[in-house]
Amino acid sequence: MDVQVALRDVTRSFDTVDGPKLHALGPLSLDLRKGEFFSVVGPSGCGKSTLLEIIAGLSPVTAGEVSFEGGAVRGEVPEGIGVVFQEDASFPWLSVRDNIAFGLRRRGMTTGDVRQRVDRALSLVGLRDFANAYPAQLSGGMRQRVCMARTLVLEPRLILLDEPFGALDQQTRLLMGDEVLALWRATGATVLLITHSLDEAALLSDRVGVMSARPGRFLDIIETNWPRERDSRLASEVDFGKVTSRLWLLLRDESMKSMGKAAPSTVSA
Amino acid sequence: MKLATKIRLAAIVAFLVAVELLCRTALISRFTLIPPSEMATGLARILWAGKTNGEIATTLSGIAMAAACSIAVGFLLGAVLHSWPRARASLDPLLATYYSIPIFVFYPLFIVFFGMNRTPIVVIGFLFAVVAMMTNTLNGLDRVPRVLLKTARVLRLRRARTTLLIVLPSAAPHIFGGAKLAIAYSFVGVLGAEFILSSTGVGYQIAFAFNNFDNVQMYSLILFVVIVVATVNSALFAWERALLQRRGQW
Repeated sequence: MDVQVALRDVTRSFDTVDGPKLHALGPLSLDLRKGEFFSVVGPSGCGKSTLLEIIAGLSPVTAGEVSFEGGAVRGEVPEGIGVVFQEDASFPWLSVRDNIAFGLRRRGMTTGDVRQRVDRALSLVGLRDFANAYPAQLSGGMRQRVCMARTLVLEPRLILLDEPFGALDQQTRLLMGDEVLALWRATGATVLLITHSLDEAALLSDRVGVMSARPGRFLDIIETNWPRERDSRLASEVDFGKVTSRLWLLLRDESMKSMGKAAPSTVSA
Repeated sequence: MKLATKIRLAAIVAFLVAVELLCRTALISRFTLIPPSEMATGLARILWAGKTNGEIATTLSGIAMAAACSIAVGFLLGAVLHSWPRARASLDPLLATYYSIPIFVFYPLFIVFFGMNRTPIVVIGFLFAVVAMMTNTLNGLDRVPRVLLKTARVLRLRRARTTLLIVLPSAAPHIFGGAKLAIAYSFVGVLGAEFILSSTGVGYQIAFAFNNFDNVQMYSLILFVVIVVATVNSALFAWERALLQRRGQW
């Protein structure tokens, strides 16, 4: 399979106010295959979001190399990458329709083409009836869908999702997960999802990268072997439980490390 | 009409009726206060006679000039300071204590600089207003969510477009709040300077009437100022509410 994103020995350190540099990430290497759904899980503060920002070109690397479709990622976001952030990034001064059309208009498309693509995106994320509403009139989940539509309408080849459902309740998360899977199949884009939910990662992904406590490195990359046609009903299957158990066993000690606790050596029955 | 508006109007009418009765029954002496109805008829007479129209035009144009300059300069200085953290760190203590400086005392200095004309009055109005606009611009720019700036980068917007399409709309409520304050402070600065220091304008006419015990003239002009200020502020308030309602911040 074609490699779309390649990370080679990437590390990221941050300057601190009056101490040594904070080693946040790496060294790590990763190949993202074209069209796959890849999730990253890891303990809090392990550098998941930093990893996403490095791939997007929003944050520089301290050492190592990042490439997207063969071109080096340096200083700016390459064309073809879309990002949906955890925080609400809808523009409160624009209607839903104008939010979604924002990127298209900057590309100099005709009004007719913009309208057509926005209508399609509105249908895709189920917001057709709210086209003229303003973000303040929508729920948190609907606003995330606006951001999702604003990203999808530009037809990115790589979609980076930084805990986009973090603020939603469990039921809404499952349904949003189904929507993301449907969108992923419809667009054929590669998806990288950052999440702290093991269930979400296990349910949505072709592969799940499990990261260590800071400085974040990949402990393992687990193949789920799910069919491309899948949805949240997968959660009731035995294999789903096996994947989440495996993820948890890998993450348990790391999570305790990140909380400053020693990992117990035995598991009680 | 909303219930809150009805209550507000009823309170104003009740207050005016009470003052009218207190004045008419001589519980309040005419040397202290004249009935509101006399203020209104006095104002109509003044406006109809047209003798003070020139003074009114002078004052309103001075306020408009002070407000326009303070909004433009305050916004520009706020934007410059926001993008220049070192200068901001140096000026922050000055900005924080700015309104403790009695600007009127610099009037003689302004006369030396600008001459015996309207300019020193407008400068006082400007100086009253400009820092409010500056600090509100800074507040607005500080509060642009980082995620929106990241979104601008993801959408590959250049700096000018990011400023125009993301930063300014995001900061608009604060900038608008600054403009509202700047207009209010321009009224205070110009009218106050006219009252104390000038020999022209509505402020001076009020002071002149006060010194000559001409209560009808004085209260009529005070009523005029109150009406103008209330009208301008109501219009700005309605505009701000429409702006914020759209964003769910009202």
